[in-house]
Amino acid sequence: MEVVQMQRAWVEYTKSLFREFSYSFFGWMKGFLDAQFQQLQLLQDESNPDFVAEVVSLFFEDSERLLSDLTFALEQQSVDFKKVDAHVHQLKGSSSSIGAQRVKNDCIAFRSFCEEQNVEGCQRCLQQVKQDYSLVKSKLEALIRLEQQIVAAGGSIPMEELSF
Amino acid sequence: MAITGDSHSQFHVLAVDDSLIDRKLIERLLKTSSYQVTTVDSGSKALKFLGLQEDEQSNPDTPYVSPNNHQEVEVNLIITDYCMPGMTGYDLLKKVKESSSLRNIPVVIMSSENVPSRITRCLEEGAEEFFLKPVRLSDLNRLKPHMMKNKIKNQKQEEQEELEIPDIQSEEQKQPAQPPSSQPQPESQPQPSALLLQPNNNKRKAMEEGLSPDRTRPRYNGITTMV
Repeated sequence: MEVVQMQRAWVEYTKSLFREFSYSFFGWMKGFLDAQFQQLQLLQDESNPDFVAEVVSLFFEDSERLLSDLTFALEQQSVDFKKVDAHVHQLKGSSSSIGAQRVKNDCIAFRSFCEEQNVEGCQRCLQQVKQDYSLVKSKLEALIRLEQQIVAAGGSIPMEELSF
Repeated sequence: MAITGDSHSQFHVLAVDDSLIDRKLIERLLKTSSYQVTTVDSGSKALKFLGLQEDEQSNPDTPYVSPNNHQEVEVNLIITDYCMPGMTGYDLLKKVKESSSLRNIPVVIMSSENVPSRITRCLEEGAEEFFLKPVRLSDLNRLKPHMMKNKIKNQKQEEQEELEIPDIQSEEQKQPAQPPSSQPQPESQPQPSALLLQPNNNKRKAMEEGLSPDRTRPRYNGITTMV
């Protein structure tokens, strides 16, 4: 693919991540990403060309650890809701820091079930958050791959073409 | 712990957050705003960096005298997360405000939760600002006035001190014409005890070291031309 084509693809793909809607357990969900992701993109420049990729990979590590901790905590005979809530709180923090708004919204619902000490509700939330996490993960991986291809081909990321 | 940033940056910010993602983020935000940044992952590490021993509070019976109780690096502002395991951002704020050597450093609290009682509590305890997370570039515009205000306050304090200690200066000026190298070393200069309590003791010392030869040299030159 030509650089120009890849750049055009990148713009379209990025926009789609902010725009897409889909139906889920909680009703219609907003786009995968919110304005916070744009903030990350703004912080990336020549002196820090891998900033977004670095932060996103930290998000993957953090989320996967927390999701496995949550799975374990909810499998117990008597669920420690305080512990569950602490994990969800952390996941909510890191998802909101990178702008993964569906994951963040799942966490908000998750915490309210935690407060009610509703095991079934918590388990449904865990399934939902796992699903939304793997979706946003694959989307972000594709986006970063495309960025790397553009840079490898000698192009630059056309940030200025992202008008929301 | 990582010290990063442009060495020409005017202001040095200490950022405290237990989340690695958020440390990366705040570091980048601050560096983009051309601040010098140090990040640490806990309140106790922040106090250590600031030169405050943690046992200062827990051991009130033993009189606390520490020769190491000074900042290695000047910190112009502390920005800390609220919710951290162990020492919270609120605990850190209280320790800083209780310390005579640190209380002038402005503190900003960040939190992902918008809890009005929490915000009030932090502001009452002396926090300058409360930022909701995730922190944006536009939020950081609110940091500079606090650092400027503090700098001016410190400068005034320094001027005040200089007025209070005319002995050192007149002693220096009374010295017969000498090459600057034989001037009394800063270590041997009498330090008023009140100075030890000032937060930017180092800076002041550094300024004296830098300024005193210049301050005396014109006089020296003046005398020689007259002779």
